[in-house]
Amino acid sequence: MSQRIINHPVLGKLDESQTITFTFNDVEYSALQNESIAAALLANGIRTLRHHEESGSPRGIYCNIGHCFECRVTVDGVQGERACLTPLTQGMKVVSGGKLQTDVRDWRANHGK
Amino acid sequence: MENKTIIIGAGPAGLTAAITIASRGHSVVVIDEYMKPGGRLLGQLYEEPNGNWWNGIVESDKLHQQAKKLGVDIKLHTPVSNIEVQDGIWSVHTDVEIHETTHLLLATGAAENPLPIKGWTLPGVMSVGAAQVMTNVHRVKPGERGVIIGVNVLSSAIAMELKMADIDIACITLPVSNTVNEKFGQPLEVMNSLLHVSHMAPSAFIKMGSKLMKNDFFKQLGITFFPKNGVKMWDIPIMLRKAVTEIIGDGQVEGVKISTINPAGEVIPGTEEIIGADFVCIAGGLYPLAELAAVAGCPFYHIEELGGYVPLHNERMESTLPGLYVAGNITGIEGAKVAMCQGQTAGLSIANNLENGILEKELVSSIQHTEHTRENAYIQFHPEIAHGKDKLKLYWDEYNAAVTK
Repeated sequence: MSQRIINHPVLGKLDESQTITFTFNDVEYSALQNESIAAALLANGIRTLRHHEESGSPRGIYCNIGHCFECRVTVDGVQGERACLTPLTQGMKVVSGGKLQTDVRDWRANHGK
Repeated sequence: MENKTIIIGAGPAGLTAAITIASRGHSVVVIDEYMKPGGRLLGQLYEEPNGNWWNGIVESDKLHQQAKKLGVDIKLHTPVSNIEVQDGIWSVHTDVEIHETTHLLLATGAAENPLPIKGWTLPGVMSVGAAQVMTNVHRVKPGERGVIIGVNVLSSAIAMELKMADIDIACITLPVSNTVNEKFGQPLEVMNSLLHVSHMAPSAFIKMGSKLMKNDFFKQLGITFFPKNGVKMWDIPIMLRKAVTEIIGDGQVEGVKISTINPAGEVIPGTEEIIGADFVCIAGGLYPLAELAAVAGCPFYHIEELGGYVPLHNERMESTLPGLYVAGNITGIEGAKVAMCQGQTAGLSIANNLENGILEKELVSSIQHTEHTRENAYIQFHPEIAHGKDKLKLYWDEYNAAVTK
């Protein structure tokens, strides 16, 4: 499913000539050269970029200008990169983050503390 | 050390300052964490009263090309994490290196106020500015059908931009009033804040109404009788008597729960309905993005008319700290044209200090030009912006009187 705005009454036609491929959670997608990871994923219909470290709730982009850090993903092995600020390059490996262990909290819940 | 002026922020203020300084023959570095130059100007797209389109991408490109031609070194995709000063030398810390300078300009712009509502962390909920950038800059639809929460200048302008890209907007409406959202959820407050932008509304209803509503009695009457289904602007219903109480969806946005509210913003029980949507925009307005000025130790003042806390500065865009300057939305929320004027003033200020005060005349004229641009601005984010600037002058005089005592 493509969500791209190809024709625009004022901004004109979108240049789609330079494409690349990248992976998100090991699945290959195509993108436009130099667009942000966030834009490319949204264009591919993907809105959930990570799951919250503690609650596990799904998260996507919020501010799209690098301020809220909601879109943080792992890029080529580097954690905590903001998908909205990172331009894609050919072959980039993007991985979303997931829920982490909450041992103390779980222990407390299981022991009625 | 080669003394290059450093500018943080490649938006309209930062780029104009860079052009101004570089045209005087000085070296300049501009640092920005975004991947494209232009800042918030990039997403802007609206028709001016003379029929010309203000296209942020074209305007950003003009500034970028001009700066490049003058040899300005623009470092994109480079976040600044800290600034500090020692013996008159400012250090600017980035991921890759530390830059040093005697003249540092902060042109970091603005960010959006969040309006927390139940369900707002669901994928598909984003700030209205995020939807604008996705649509106009990246040319990706934020979704097929959206609800915009928060009625203000920014949200109505962006609603029209989304519409132009063939994205359906179900309605623009209020957030439910809570301790955080407060006035954003009160119809009378919102109506008040909208009156000064009524000239932008194509609807005869709003234009006519706004003249009547200069009087408080009529304002109250206007809210009480405001049609429950709203008035339409660019074919989008604007609902001042409805509020979103929750954003719903399983794993991502599927719609919103919306209820009728009384003029005080309280939900009328039994009026709840569900509006289907695959994305939701939250529009809480802009505030000056000033963390680096805070880290540096600038004194701050909260000035409602300027959009929040601003670092203390004078008309020459000098902060209270030697060698540190500010320009653009960090000094108060205004349009890009004002930001460019401020960038020019800051640039002249820096060049004037580098050239032993030979640019006084140009500087004074640039300050006047800024005021003129402010008075004639098509989009004003706060009706009393000039009053806010007067307050700031007063604080500046008070502060300087106190420290020189």
